[in-house]
Amino acid sequence: MTVVREIDVIPFRNRIKETAAKMGMGLVNQTKLITAASELARNMLKYAKGGKVLIEVISKGRENGIRLVFKDEGPGIPDIALAMKDGYSTGKSLGLGLPGTRRLVSEFNIETEIGKGTTVTIIKWKNG
Amino acid sequence: MEKIPILKMGKLLLVTIQVDLYDRLAEALEADLVQMINKTGAQGVLIDISAVSIIDSFMGRIIGNIATMSKILDAETVVVGMQPAVAITLIELGLPLTGVYSALNVEKGMSLLQGKINLKETGFIPEDDGDTE
Ligand SMILES: Nc1ncnc2c1ncn2[C@@H]1O[C@H](COP(=O)(O)OP(=O)(O)OP(=O)(O)O)[C@@H](O)[C@H]1O
Ligand SMILES: [Mg+2]
Repeated sequence: MTVVREIDVIPFRNRIKETAAKMGMGLVNQTKLITAASELARNMLKYAKGGKVLIEVISKGRENGIRLVFKDEGPGIPDIALAMKDGYSTGKSLGLGLPGTRRLVSEFNIETEIGKGTTVTIIKWKNG
Repeated sequence: MEKIPILKMGKLLLVTIQVDLYDRLAEALEADLVQMINKTGAQGVLIDISAVSIIDSFMGRIIGNIATMSKILDAETVVVGMQPAVAITLIELGLPLTGVYSALNVEKGMSLLQGKINLKETGFIPEDDGDTE
C-alpha cells in the first residue's frame, strides 16, 4: 500500500484492522498495532515524503501475527540509537514515535542508509 | 473538508468525535474550539471520544493542547469515554495525557465539569454531585 498523503492513513489503518480482526487478534493488540502503524506512517510522510507499506500475515509455530514493512526513499536517519531515544526529535515534536512504536509491538527492526531511505519492520503476534 | 461539530450547551461546549481522526481534522478541531471558547466565553469543554478507536501521539498531543489552551482561556476540559484499549495503548506509547481530566461517560463528565465551574464561581464544592446551579 502506498502512503503519500495524510488522508491515505485512514484506509491504511482500516486495512490493518480488517486483517487483524480476521485472524482473531484481540482488541488491545489490534489497537497497539494500528497505533504503531500510524506513528510509522506519519514519520514516513513527515520525513520522507511518503513511502510504501507491505501488510503480511505470518506464522511461527502455532502463533500467527501481522508483519508490516514500511519502506521509504527519504533521507535516512544519521543516528538510529539517538532516534530511538524517548524525546529525540528533529521535527520539534515529542520524539515518541519510534521508541513508543517499539514498546507497542512484538518485534521491531529498523534499517536505514543516508540518502537512500529507511525501512522499518514490525511484527505483532496475535497473542503477543 | 469535513469538520467536527461543536455544540454549545449553556456554559459548556460539547464535542462528539464520531469519525476517524486524521491530523488535519484534529488540528482544525483544536483551532475551532479555541475560537469558540473565546467567542462564547464557555467555561467548560467536554470531548466525547467513545467512538474513537485509535489515538496516536499526534492526536494525543492535540487533546493535550486543547486542555492547555482552554485552561489559558479559563475553561476546563474533560475527555469522556476513552476505550480501555486506547488508554492502555497511550500509556505504553508513553503519552499519559497528563493535565487532561477524564470521565467514564458524558453524564459523569458533565457533572465533573459543572463541579469545577461551581468551585471556581463560589469557592466551594456543592454537597451533591455538582449538578445544581
Ligand atoms: N522515515 C524516516 N526518515 C527519516 N528520518 C526519520 C524517519 N522516521 C523518523 N526519523 C527521524 O527520527 C526522529 C525520531 O522519530 P520519532 O517518530 O521517534 O519522533 P518524532 O517524529 O520527531 O516525534 P513524534 O513521533 O513524537 O511526533 C525524527 O525526528 C526524525 O529525525
Ligand atoms: Mg514520529
